[in-house]
Amino acid sequence: MTLSMNTPDFLIERNRERCINCQVCVRQCANEAHGWDAEEEKIFSQDALCVNCHRCVTMCPTHSLSIRKFPLEFRENANWTASTMKAIYKQAETGGILLTGMGTDRPYPVYWDQLLLNASQVTNPSIDPLREPMELKTFLGRKPEQLRVINGKLAEALPPQLELDLPIMFSAMSFGSISLNVAKSLAQAAETLGTFYNTGEGGLHEDLYKYGKNTIVQVASGRFGVHSEYLNAGAAIEIKIGQGAKPGIGGHLPGEKVGVEVSRTRMIPEQSDAISPAPHHDIYSIEDLTQLIFSLKEATNYEKPVIVKIAAVHNVSAIASGIARAGADIIAIDGFRGGTGAAPLRTRDSVGIPIELALAAVDSRLREEGIRNQVSLVVGGSIRNSTDIIKAIALGADAVYVASSALLALGCHMCQKCYTGKCNWGIATQRPELVKRLNPEIGAERATNLLKAWEHEVKEILGGMGINAIESLCGNRLMLRGIGLSDRELNILGVLAAGE
Amino acid sequence: MIVLNAKGLYYRELNSKIREEIATGSQDIVVKNVNGQRYIGDGITGKARLTLKGTPGNDMAAFMNGLELFVEGNTQDSIGNTMNNGKIVVHGSSGDTVGYAMRGGEIYIRGNGGYRVGIHMKEYQETIPAIVLGGKAGDFLGEYMAGGVIVVLGLDLEESEEIVGSYCGTGMHGGVMYIRGEVDGYKLGKEVKVVALTEKDHEQINRYVKDYVGYFGGSYEDILAKPFSKLIPYNKRPYGNLYCGW
Ligand code: SF4
Ligand code: SF4
Repeated sequence: MTLSMNTPDFLIERNRERCINCQVCVRQCANEAHGWDAEEEKIFSQDALCVNCHRCVTMCPTHSLSIRKFPLEFRENANWTASTMKAIYKQAETGGILLTGMGTDRPYPVYWDQLLLNASQVTNPSIDPLREPMELKTFLGRKPEQLRVINGKLAEALPPQLELDLPIMFSAMSFGSISLNVAKSLAQAAETLGTFYNTGEGGLHEDLYKYGKNTIVQVASGRFGVHSEYLNAGAAIEIKIGQGAKPGIGGHLPGEKVGVEVSRTRMIPEQSDAISPAPHHDIYSIEDLTQLIFSLKEATNYEKPVIVKIAAVHNVSAIASGIARAGADIIAIDGFRGGTGAAPLRTRDSVGIPIELALAAVDSRLREEGIRNQVSLVVGGSIRNSTDIIKAIALGADAVYVASSALLALGCHMCQKCYTGKCNWGIATQRPELVKRLNPEIGAERATNLLKAWEHEVKEILGGMGINAIESLCGNRLMLRGIGLSDRELNILGVLAAGE
Repeated sequence: MIVLNAKGLYYRELNSKIREEIATGSQDIVVKNVNGQRYIGDGITGKARLTLKGTPGNDMAAFMNGLELFVEGNTQDSIGNTMNNGKIVVHGSSGDTVGYAMRGGEIYIRGNGGYRVGIHMKEYQETIPAIVLGGKAGDFLGEYMAGGVIVVLGLDLEESEEIVGSYCGTGMHGGVMYIRGEVDGYKLGKEVKVVALTEKDHEQINRYVKDYVGYFGGSYEDILAKPFSKLIPYNKRPYGNLYCGW
């Protein structure tokens, strides 16, 4: 074997004065960055194996550990940065496609942070949500052109709608990419909160059927675990065309992660690779998409809204218009900062566009074409806090999808190593000894807490704007002003500059 | 036996009639004048037998779970899409993507199949789905195939016709294909190889050919007189070594 030119990414620092040799770190680290030398009776560490997930730091009873960026200075070069060079060393050594996890970590602009919200002063009074009613209820689905009322009753049945107590849902994560305890946590939280979680392309585990009314079941290109009972178990069906972290490509769940439970749920043999092809092989056009939408509606007796999820790409507004016309009830758009269990690094970091621009473009286009009522819009791809949500709704979304934030609530530390299956927080793993580190009841409570906190914040800021129902904010871009943006960007976002 | 007339009916109306009949316990339903109506048998669980006279439209038997559909005519694209269980017998030819991602049940087609027949077919525990084509298949036969059995008989082909198209078995990582006669090496995807047949393979082939002859006629002996090629994937994990961790 030739010499490896890879140097560690992180440095493990152990304060030997504090360390009591309890070996907690040794047992906690699935990456085996800590070890116990029985002969020397000493703890040792291997920096090269550390992924900086903070599990040991958090668990160490004497706070002896800290992790730092490995203090190795490459010759300064703005073009050939350390990470650019390290990527070449890795590929020269392996010949492999670089694989990573979570959303892009590149310093692209985050437009949420360049949008400012309005508040009432003098002319219209602000509302105090602690004392006055504030409505966050949201209905997702196709809205008819008109309502006809006969004798106080609707003359025609409404198309199926999803009813959300707050405009936040947990977006698709498959059992296989995440552990069953994560799915259980989110399902329970969705039930408590009156919202929905999403199976991703992982099928529906038997323990989760009881959460059916809070479940969105996904149909993706691999069709794993998709059968009529599954389709009928959820409240809505999502056709996954694309994902923000890896637009245009499929996914492979490696055989190591396909244990008994994943195998049963996906209905594939144990240890076999689960390959999701890049396209659905029955969808090569908008007409074909119509066919799948209605195939699913037929299979579920037209009782469930059908969501079509796409990644935010260059001509997203034209695609969204096609999807609305194809008969989807809801369009979900995933921005390029969205997370993933595994994606090729180069795709994750360079393909797709920010959700803020995609959302504004799609909402404007659907309005121009007079078909905005035909679909609800749900956006995801890095919603990090309550103001991201408010800004998304003001730009035109009906609701948002969150996933990375939900995982952070459960303990994720953004180490981006989800694809290894060795998540020390019991999230992106199928290893039983790691999975049990996440207690689903505590997980549910933490996810619920996060969304409850955001709910309060959303209400407070809405009240500040003098708005008492979230629906009145949808597409209300006058509530937004841009800061530090070019005219072109302001134009696409459809907002005025701060001060205008 | 219940007879329904599909003439002039939109698919939604026709399918809801079929559903009603099945829900009331009808076990033998004949549908006359089928003319392009989509989604027949879509998502239905049950044991009923449907005889469809005419040409059903796309996505027939999608997500179907147990019904038996006998088609007296040709079928269009995507029949048996993600089918879980049941049977489809087509007394004619079928369009593209026959049995996409099907996980159980059997599809017999008297004539030809279009492109991407058996794409991403799967198997699970004891359920091993099968597609049997009497004629030829288009390009991408068994693409991404992860399980199940595909049999192509190549009966009554013209001199100029070939039994399978190009890219046969591209991305295949499970299951088996039996092609009657030889397949030119250049037509195979790089993930598949041709291997010798075992006793068990012959038993399987005999069984499918017997059923084929049972549905459509022909000579069992004549069909079996020509040797079959067996195609399987090189590897259950064709893309296992594609990546390196960042
Ligand atoms: S967990 Fe902390 S105290 Fe225990 S061995 Fe590791 S560094 Fe030392
Ligand atoms: S889910 Fe686990 S492996 Fe993935 S980034 Fe979070 S802590 Fe790391």
